[in-house]
Amino acid sequence: MPKLVIRNGRVMDAERRLDAVCDIAIDNGRIAAIGKNLDVAGAGEFDATGLIVAPGFIDMHVHLREPGFEYAESIESGSRAAAAGGFTSVCCMPNTSPVNDNATVTSYIIERAERHAVVNVFPIGAITKNSAGEELAAIGSMKQAGVVAISDDGRPVMNARVMRRAMETARSFGIPVIDHCEDLHLSAGGDMHEGRESVRLGLRGIPAASEDVMVARDIVLAELTGARFHVAHISSRYSVEMVAFAKSRGLAVTCETTPHHFALADCDMPPYDSNYKMKPPLRSACDIGTVVQGVVSGTVDAIATDHAPHAGSEKMQEFEKCPFGIIGLETAVGLTLEKLVHSGKITLSRMVELFTAGPARVLNLDRGRLALGAPADITILDMERIWTYDVNRSASKSRNSPFDGCTFRGGPVATIVGGRVVWSAEDR
Amino acid sequence: MPGGLLGIEPLDRVEIEAILDRAKSFQPQQMEGRRDMLRGRMIVNLFFEASTRTRTSFEIAAKRLGADAISITASGSSVDKGESLVDTLNTLGAMHPDAIVMRHAASGAPHFLARHLPTPIINAGDGTHEHPTQALLDARTILDRRPTLEGLRVAIIGDIAHSRVARSNMYLLSKFGAHIVLCGPASLLPAELAAIAPGVTLTHDIREAILGADVIMMLRVQFERQHEAAFSASEYFQFYGLRLEHMGLARPDAIVMHPGPINRGREISSEVADSQRSVILNQVENGIAVRMAVLERILSN
Repeated sequence: MPKLVIRNGRVMDAERRLDAVCDIAIDNGRIAAIGKNLDVAGAGEFDATGLIVAPGFIDMHVHLREPGFEYAESIESGSRAAAAGGFTSVCCMPNTSPVNDNATVTSYIIERAERHAVVNVFPIGAITKNSAGEELAAIGSMKQAGVVAISDDGRPVMNARVMRRAMETARSFGIPVIDHCEDLHLSAGGDMHEGRESVRLGLRGIPAASEDVMVARDIVLAELTGARFHVAHISSRYSVEMVAFAKSRGLAVTCETTPHHFALADCDMPPYDSNYKMKPPLRSACDIGTVVQGVVSGTVDAIATDHAPHAGSEKMQEFEKCPFGIIGLETAVGLTLEKLVHSGKITLSRMVELFTAGPARVLNLDRGRLALGAPADITILDMERIWTYDVNRSASKSRNSPFDGCTFRGGPVATIVGGRVVWSAEDR
Repeated sequence: MPGGLLGIEPLDRVEIEAILDRAKSFQPQQMEGRRDMLRGRMIVNLFFEASTRTRTSFEIAAKRLGADAISITASGSSVDKGESLVDTLNTLGAMHPDAIVMRHAASGAPHFLARHLPTPIINAGDGTHEHPTQALLDARTILDRRPTLEGLRVAIIGDIAHSRVARSNMYLLSKFGAHIVLCGPASLLPAELAAIAPGVTLTHDIREAILGADVIMMLRVQFERQHEAAFSASEYFQFYGLRLEHMGLARPDAIVMHPGPINRGREISSEVADSQRSVILNQVENGIAVRMAVLERILSN
């Protein structure tokens, strides 16, 4: 593999508290040197003057839809969307068909990714067989095959006893349990956040309590079992407060939030626009305030997209019939800059942490930092670039985004995976 | 209203008053013979949900104005064959009707179609959201007996959570300064209702709701529509059914309304439904007049 030197960028690494203008030399897919005026013979040059050079961004929560739903997304198309969004690694949820509940499916995903993905793909295995919530999946052998966590995302384990056993098993194998916290009895039939807007629109509500009771249950079980427990896409006020409480007790409890959960409130939805329908639903302004506060204070460990592609025909239906979920890989960084960094809520360095060291720590990944000898995964940002999101030019196979037409200031301009430039804004 | 009529919420007072005034001239006692201002126009009534009175009312309204009205009900149509809503409407749209009157069990279904079709769409009831022509005919019925809606105390009693009639009436009455008291058991009366329109208060006590009321609107109890037992069906009439004994609490000239079809002995006793206070049949009459006014307003450009 050819050598590459990234010149003169503002190199930021939250993990190593690095923030300085310097060069990075890459050799054989790994970081070979970091310093000023590096002299590397025979290397390609990337002029990063005026740009931010950060560790490769990690999205710990995506749906790549392969195997089984390749009409909506594939490992290849999803990975290209990730690269276009500045992500060098993604973690794919197991709700494929078949469900990733055994080592064979895990190995299939990893092999497909090695062949077709332009970014690193880390699979997440199911907690229970077929994510049916009853019998534990083959967690140990999936871990050996390469899963980095277990989750029944979208079909949460309702039986507390099963969840207890899952946590004990995950602890034995040193991986976290990621829960999509939703009490399915409380949320049944709901289409949007329960509140003034749902009442106004005559849509059935998903109460914040359906998230909160499960976060509470899982925190209690995490203390009981000593497992690492991670709350997926946290969206409600009490849930954030409970995670902060769990952390204050010294529990290994972490959480992520998504850009759409801090960028949009329930009242921002144009009437019955299914591109605003997802789980958890867009919450109230009060919930958003607490989520943002959690991001600022450190309660929130990572920003993840919950990239959930759906074919156009699935979203072109009556609101109540449309599936939940939106795509998000290509807009995550722009939205985070717009809503959190430009508005002065967090620093750029904190944003880099939320996309790199934060998720890497949750998953215990050897990624997310610019260390000598580490894989050369690098995200390059231009803070002044003005760009408009055109969903019809998305690398994803799906178009279900509420952010089509939004203009952003700042965003990724190049994505480098293992020393190779896999996406650059100039490609567009 | 060239774009159709999706709900009361976005309308302003001037628009509503214009429809109500025009509707008065379409009442049977004012009408002489047929009027043909919509001759040659075609209106499709598309009912994805069973309805007798609203569909018939729209049909008669269209015909009294000289328009051609075609009614399609979901059962036995392409909908039964798995055609999506968009495809059904695109197909009908390609036949170039002048307006589509639509009822659908999903809230927002007409709004969804209005975004994808150029044809004006008239919402004849969408899920648990709005039923705009019902609120208009209710207002017409009240105004036949009162000089103004302003300051009236209107009690709306029943399953408010699932009622499109209640929402449209709340939006309309509040725009004209009426005081609205919503009444029902807590599981059918979300607290947020008080925040969606001004002048709205909530109570769980039917007697408190009726006290001093000028208008009592009863809602049809639809236990079959609820997804679980939110309130005991056997106790409903005892606590939330309107009976003669309640009428003394209301103003002496109070009127009783119901969007129909009524469930005698479930939400209203026969004695009340058939009493002098009941204006239920006037509502039906005004339904035609109001729908004529709406069709005329949307179709004559």
